[in-house]
Amino acid sequence: MRLLTQSGPTLAEHEAMHGRLTLPPRVQLLDAVEAAGLLGRGGAGFPTARKMRTVGAGKHPAVLGNACEGEPASRKDVQLLTRHPHLVLDGLAVAAAAVGAKDVHLALHADSPALPVLRAALAERRQPVTLHEVPRRYTASEETALISFVNTGTAKPLFTPPRPFEQGIAKRPTLVNNAETLAHLALIARHGPAWFREVGDPEEPGTLLLTVDGAVVEVPSGRPLRQVADLGGKQAVLVGGYFGTWISVAQAHEVTLTHRDLRAAGGALGAGIVLTLPAGSCGLVETARVAAYLANENAGQCGPCFNGLPAIANAVRALAVGPWDEATMVALDRWLGVVPGRGACHHPDGAVRFVLSALAVFAQDVAAHRAGHPCAGAHAASVLPVPRRGAA
Amino acid sequence: MRLRVNPIECAAHGLCAELLPEWVSLDEWGYPAVDDQPLPAQLVKDAKRAAAACPTLALKLLHD
Ligand SMILES: Cc1cc2nc3c(=O)[nH]c(=O)nc-3n(C[C@H](O)[C@H](O)[C@H](O)COP(=O)(O)O)c2cc1C
Ligand code: SF4
Repeated sequence: MRLLTQSGPTLAEHEAMHGRLTLPPRVQLLDAVEAAGLLGRGGAGFPTARKMRTVGAGKHPAVLGNACEGEPASRKDVQLLTRHPHLVLDGLAVAAAAVGAKDVHLALHADSPALPVLRAALAERRQPVTLHEVPRRYTASEETALISFVNTGTAKPLFTPPRPFEQGIAKRPTLVNNAETLAHLALIARHGPAWFREVGDPEEPGTLLLTVDGAVVEVPSGRPLRQVADLGGKQAVLVGGYFGTWISVAQAHEVTLTHRDLRAAGGALGAGIVLTLPAGSCGLVETARVAAYLANENAGQCGPCFNGLPAIANAVRALAVGPWDEATMVALDRWLGVVPGRGACHHPDGAVRFVLSALAVFAQDVAAHRAGHPCAGAHAASVLPVPRRGAA
Repeated sequence: MRLRVNPIECAAHGLCAELLPEWVSLDEWGYPAVDDQPLPAQLVKDAKRAAAACPTLALKLLHD
């Protein structure tokens, strides 16, 4: 374990475990992050060094840590932040040094249990970090929504360009990184790139924090999925959370936990969320509930999204529990084709991908439901967590 | 040059589809779907007119 050690949350315990952080010169830091090959852990797997170089080349850059963890089935960031807040704060210091930023921010959901822990941790250090309490909405933690929240108090995605690395907080080029990405930076600055590459897949090195059916584990990247999730008696696996895709159990037995492998299987590693669906439940009913949640979480800004996602969610619901009609199913196919790529942010793209993967993986159920035979699992207890509306 | 819609500003007035039907179609809710390929030279003039005519200035001409 690199990130999730036995260390307690205080600065003294943190330094006893990892040693004190001394910041190497900026050029050396950038080279180390690049040589380490660190990919962002917020979902897209973007090379951290590349963003850093762009941001660092601009005037008066800023850094924003994304500790919101908007995916309802993810627990990894909140575990990391509550158990090891100083790793993330060290990471912010490293990121700021690497891009030459004096303006440093950290965004969390307003109701996050990690907030008091971070406040206590910040009180132990001399490090100016501005904490932002973001409303708990799915799209509020998309990076341009966070920029907008810091700049104006409204956490809704913005039209791009400009991307945050071009123009973000107070129009400054802004490095946005996930909390886990920052924690890895804290260790790369201490131990160097060769150490970082000692574990994990050579192209996507290091360890990953995963949330597997609600439990957080740290594993080297490249681990076979079957070794981290219990696939016995399961009918499908959702990988990557609600921005991810369903894959069949047969596929789940084959893939390893890398962006490369999961992409090749038509899926996505995303932020490391794995949910297994027991044989007794109905994948379509589960999908319908999440599709309704995602539709409800649209930011109400873009026509194709605020019209398309509710229409899609209602059609998936009809497919799952009735009333079934052919015209709705024809429309569903059309909507799944016209909605992606037409929002300001990628929220509609993720929702459509999620539904499309369900229609493919649960194709037999779709056929049965269409024939008027919904499965027995339609009334089984729900498996995928969906936050209650208006929870914050 | 390419045409893009800022979907946040777009309010489905639909003028763009009238002025540039070769490149813009409307979905069933009245919102434009725009071809994101480079604009052919002969359409650039009409594209500029469509962009200027949009009441919310949501249609953007972006240089490659
Ligand atoms: C709808 C939506 C929600 C997102 N929510 C989060 C989130 O809660 N936490 C996060 O780290 N990234 C989230 N992202 C990704 C961020 O936009 C951004 O890519 C990420 O924070 C960059 O960090 P990384 O490079 O370290 O991965 C979200 C993206 C989208 C489209
Ligand atoms: S695409 Fe949807 S979620 Fe994203 S900004 Fe537009 S309305 Fe909001």
